[in-house]
Amino acid sequence: MYIDPHVHMVSRTTDDYQRMALAGCVAVTEPAFWAGYDRSSPAGFFDYFRQLTDFEPKRAAQYGIRHHTWLCINPKEAEDPVFAKEVIALIPQFLKCETVLGIGEIGLNKNSRNELEILDAHLALAAEHDLLVLVHTPHLEDKLKGTRLIMDAIKNHSKLDPGRVLIDHVEEHTVRPVLERGFWAGMTLYPDTKCTPQRAVDIFEMHGTERLWINSAGDWGNSDPLAVPKAQIEMKARGHTLDSVKKVSFDNPLKFLSQSGRFRIA
Amino acid sequence: MSATPPPLSKRAVVDRYFLEHRAKVLDIAAFLDRFDRAQGDGADDYRVTALRECCAVLLDGKPDRARRVLELLSDHSAEPIAKAPMKGATGAMELQKKGAI
Repeated sequence: MYIDPHVHMVSRTTDDYQRMALAGCVAVTEPAFWAGYDRSSPAGFFDYFRQLTDFEPKRAAQYGIRHHTWLCINPKEAEDPVFAKEVIALIPQFLKCETVLGIGEIGLNKNSRNELEILDAHLALAAEHDLLVLVHTPHLEDKLKGTRLIMDAIKNHSKLDPGRVLIDHVEEHTVRPVLERGFWAGMTLYPDTKCTPQRAVDIFEMHGTERLWINSAGDWGNSDPLAVPKAQIEMKARGHTLDSVKKVSFDNPLKFLSQSGRFRIA
Repeated sequence: MSATPPPLSKRAVVDRYFLEHRAKVLDIAAFLDRFDRAQGDGADDYRVTALRECCAVLLDGKPDRARRVLELLSDHSAEPIAKAPMKGATGAMELQKKGAI
């Protein structure tokens, strides 16, 4: 049994839901993200938010998987602050949906001033509505700097409790500072970029299993929606206890997400 | 943040992972050979320079190689940039743009 707390199911086929269910997935959470192209109007986001809050939970339910979501405009589309703020203004009307857990995945992409401005606007919205926050950290060479900028930006919002913020896509060079500053941390299991299942298990062995989870972040790119059960297999093959496997792939996401008051498993 | 010792012995780690990583070393060797054989511009590509620096980290005998390789490939500047020049990332930094290491 497992939870995939970060997966972009709008980009996956129904067959993937079936395979995930067969592998033991009982719940997913899906952050709003970049579609691979820039939307031409805020109305495009309105429709995307309807897909995330209405259609996708029904599709998941056919396989006994509970679907939840996070709303935002992804940092990849934050370089135009006027456009981004129009999208952010759409979010409050969706917050009444029972499957919306919080704001995400917000953060930085190229660590620009405009991205920081939009990150701050999202954080203010989360603080105003007392919402959980799911943070995307930048790719590759931009991750270290971006993670530092993001943590500083969050600390500027005194209403945001680090224990209600998960900073995702950590790797060996960012996991320790994220945990030391009181945040939760997520490891994304990707074939080429981010962590492999083997490296994620190495990180558990080096840094423990407190406030850490794993996810597939399966999307339209090179990714694997079965990455979480593959990491479970890696842990078991190394001789880790079943309790440890369950803690990182089920108990920890359940503990963090339950702070929303809305997270349910099938 | 309590670390747990890996349940596997050193011998078991080698037994389980050696062939996988033998193949990855060969991939790097073949990539560098392919790069050397290739014609045209790009001989001084910063990404290949960075990869060679990473290989040196693997052989320096010090711990935390994965963390140090990632840091070597990272932007160490502190200030946000004025405007995002693109959406993607290349995986390494040009030495002159790396910032203060």
